[in-house]
Amino acid sequence: MGAGIDVEHLNAWYGTTHTLQDINLNIPANHATALIGPSGCGKSTFVRCLNRMHETNPIARATGVVKMGDLDIYKDASPVDIRRRVGMVFQRPNPFPTMSIYDNVASGLKLNGFRNKAILDETVERSLKAAALWEEVKDELKKKSGASLSGGQQQRMCIARALAVDPEVLLMDEPASALDPVSTSKIEDLIFQLKSRYTIVIVTHNMQQAARVAENTGFFLNGKMVEFNSTDKIFTTPSDKRTEDYITGRFG
Amino acid sequence: MSTNPIPTVTPSGDDGLLRPPMDFQTRRMRLNSARRYLVNHLVTGLAVLSTVLVIVPLVAILGYLIYKGASSLNLAFFTHIPAPVGEPGGGMANSMVGSGIILALASSMGVPVGIAAGVYLAEYGRGKMLAMAVRFTADVLNGIPSIVMGIAAYSLIVMRQMHFSAFSGGVALAIMMVPTITRTTEEMLLTVPHAIREAALGLGVPKWRTVISVSLRTASPGIITGCMLAFARVAGETAPLLFTAFGNQFWSFKLNEPIAALPLQIYVYAISPYDEWHRLAWAGALVLILMIMVSVTLVRIYAGRGILKGAS
Amino acid sequence: MSLEREPEPSSPPTAPSLPMDAAPIHAPAIINFVAASEPVAQEGPPSPIRQYLSARGNGGLADRTFAAAMLVCALSIFAIVLFILTILIARSKLSLAQFGFGFFLRSAWDPVSGDFGALPFIFGTLTTSLLALAMAVPLALGVAIFLAELCPARLRAPISFLTELLAAIPSVVYGLWAVFVLVPIMRDQLGPLLVKYLGWTGFFGGYNFGVGMLTASIILAIMILPIISSITRDIMLAVPVSQREAVLALGATRWEMIRTGVLRNARIGIVGAVILGLGRALGETMAVTMVIGNHPEISKSLFAPGYTLASVIANEFTEATGDMYLSALIEIGLALFLVTIVVNAIARALVWAVTRGAPARSI
Repeated sequence: MGAGIDVEHLNAWYGTTHTLQDINLNIPANHATALIGPSGCGKSTFVRCLNRMHETNPIARATGVVKMGDLDIYKDASPVDIRRRVGMVFQRPNPFPTMSIYDNVASGLKLNGFRNKAILDETVERSLKAAALWEEVKDELKKKSGASLSGGQQQRMCIARALAVDPEVLLMDEPASALDPVSTSKIEDLIFQLKSRYTIVIVTHNMQQAARVAENTGFFLNGKMVEFNSTDKIFTTPSDKRTEDYITGRFG
Repeated sequence: MSTNPIPTVTPSGDDGLLRPPMDFQTRRMRLNSARRYLVNHLVTGLAVLSTVLVIVPLVAILGYLIYKGASSLNLAFFTHIPAPVGEPGGGMANSMVGSGIILALASSMGVPVGIAAGVYLAEYGRGKMLAMAVRFTADVLNGIPSIVMGIAAYSLIVMRQMHFSAFSGGVALAIMMVPTITRTTEEMLLTVPHAIREAALGLGVPKWRTVISVSLRTASPGIITGCMLAFARVAGETAPLLFTAFGNQFWSFKLNEPIAALPLQIYVYAISPYDEWHRLAWAGALVLILMIMVSVTLVRIYAGRGILKGAS
Repeated sequence: MSLEREPEPSSPPTAPSLPMDAAPIHAPAIINFVAASEPVAQEGPPSPIRQYLSARGNGGLADRTFAAAMLVCALSIFAIVLFILTILIARSKLSLAQFGFGFFLRSAWDPVSGDFGALPFIFGTLTTSLLALAMAVPLALGVAIFLAELCPARLRAPISFLTELLAAIPSVVYGLWAVFVLVPIMRDQLGPLLVKYLGWTGFFGGYNFGVGMLTASIILAIMILPIISSITRDIMLAVPVSQREAVLALGATRWEMIRTGVLRNARIGIVGAVILGLGRALGETMAVTMVIGNHPEISKSLFAPGYTLASVIANEFTEATGDMYLSALIEIGLALFLVTIVVNAIARALVWAVTRGAPARSI
């Protein structure tokens, strides 16, 4: 089951650049939430704060409260614990080049020391099915390298890899921006299927994509969250002038 | 070339002579560019000539070494120990085994330390002053003469134990391996895309596990060839072994006793007055050269980079 | 990253959790979509995977241990250098106390009476190294220019491969070749020629045995050539293409482009490469020991036998009887160590200045 995320007064910096300024937001469980905004507006930094990937950069830091259910992820747990519960799909497919498809999908478990082969087999199959990749790769799971798949297949494999650790939240940082239209629509279908079981946060610069997959949408601009509302409100009757300018294509 | 005048075409010319000005300008420019092209060709010729002057003798040396070595190698070289002075035959079996033992010792100490230091530089030390200092020290250590390592190992171990030993030779060579391996490991780890590390960290894999199972594993072909290279390099080292491993005419497998080594034996035989020993020296040199050829080739193939880059 | 101290999450005391402007966050989805084909999972016991992962430790201790181990290994490189320095000083105390700095200015080397000075070795080392540089540098520059700027692409890989191969051949093998090939050539062909045409300079007097300072310099030049030319080539290739194009666009010939666009920009690095070659030559031991003649004398003639700092250690260390003798040899090692450290540090700094103007590859 997914978990909701409450964000209070989140601030983030890269070096001296204040990339996120006082973000407050409630992301509902088991729904897809889209974050839109022009490049460099802080939306990627925001999702990276939700699983503490932000702090893997030595010059980055963050303050504020992020709660997943009742858990304060900056206080009550280590980054490793959080990242096991909050899966992440990156902008560009990033398969492990030395591993087979099977090992790529199972990596979150295997690298954490999980050895039960029966459960691994079953999890790999379930995850690949959930990522709509099973039929395409089931015959060469252990023979073919993960890096030998096409870009769209790689990204779906990365989604399967994130699903295999059975996360509660799935963060997607522009998951389709490096893909062709056919692969993009496959990924979007996938998000549709997945959101009943996971809380999904998807960063996108593609407004149609946000409209297609997400119930709620937040608009980021210059490190601030300008507006957060149900997707159709945002796209039909935005309450903020800047949101309206952005979605009508007047800038960005 | 900045002295080249800009041709200003004025009806009267700037020299006041009664020649048609265009002709004068053109003539000067032609002369000037003829000189420039001459210099250009001259320098090109010199560069080509020096390359030929360098490459031809070097190839001749290499060819001569291979020719002499190949005509001196035989089965006994690999199976026999040195024959007493004046007797024909004999081989360098004990030297090769001795070299193997010393090198195994050196690798068991130098490889882990070198790789770990490289991991620090690439995975933990990015952008830190300390890492810059370590990197610089490693490069400087790389340039310290090998004979100094021999003195250091002698002073530390041989002087204490009061006898030469295989172990002290291993320590001297291990110190020499560390900087090369450190720099190669660092460079190879830097070629691993950051996105792959993020993928593992994003799955909740601890950093140490990410470094071992993702970064090091992805970079492993390059790191392994880097280790091979460091290995091949110290395999030919003689100076640090002169007063550590010392050499031995007989079989020895003990770590705290003097032991034979291939380069030492080549040295001793090369400066000896016996033809039979000279033959063995050539054969030994060929064995060393072949080992180095293999490792240099492998580095080219796997690492796709020059061995002299970064760590020379 | 768990080594890094995580920033303390601090929420300002004055800020109550504000509701968003738009209230109904949990508004039902507006967009119509086909219900997910998979049945919606009900709240139940967590899956075995979730149970396993949440029971699994976060590796904080392992992370810290691992990072500390890596750091210790990196620091060991400092430790090695410091250790060599201290042990060399400690073991050469006797000689340091006896002769002081004058050790390097005295030309006596008499193990029997215990009188030691390093001047002949310093003379031999400097003469052979500088002579080797004088022979190698022009050729190495020519090779580097050829490889970086003129060489057809097809030839480039084999020639650099060959260069690297030759740079990796052990010193003792070069020595072997020198003893049996170079020494006879020097004795029978090159030597007489030099006497005939350059004898008037006085540098080629005395009897020519084939072994001596000139032979040692030649073998040194051969050994440092590949290193200097290959580093110089790398440095020249590191000069941005835009620099070359800017000069070419002004109508320069290729040589003018190389001179103003490449050499001028790379000159600091090239000096570094030459100094790096000098560092190699100063410490080179085996090949030199095999052909220099090993006799501590200061002679004007390049045919005369000589001795270098490294070769006297190689030659006499194991037969050094007496503490003072050994101590003096170790002091020579100390001098070699300090000189090569300084030379290498300068060379590295110069090469780095060109090849990594910016702190190389950041993340």
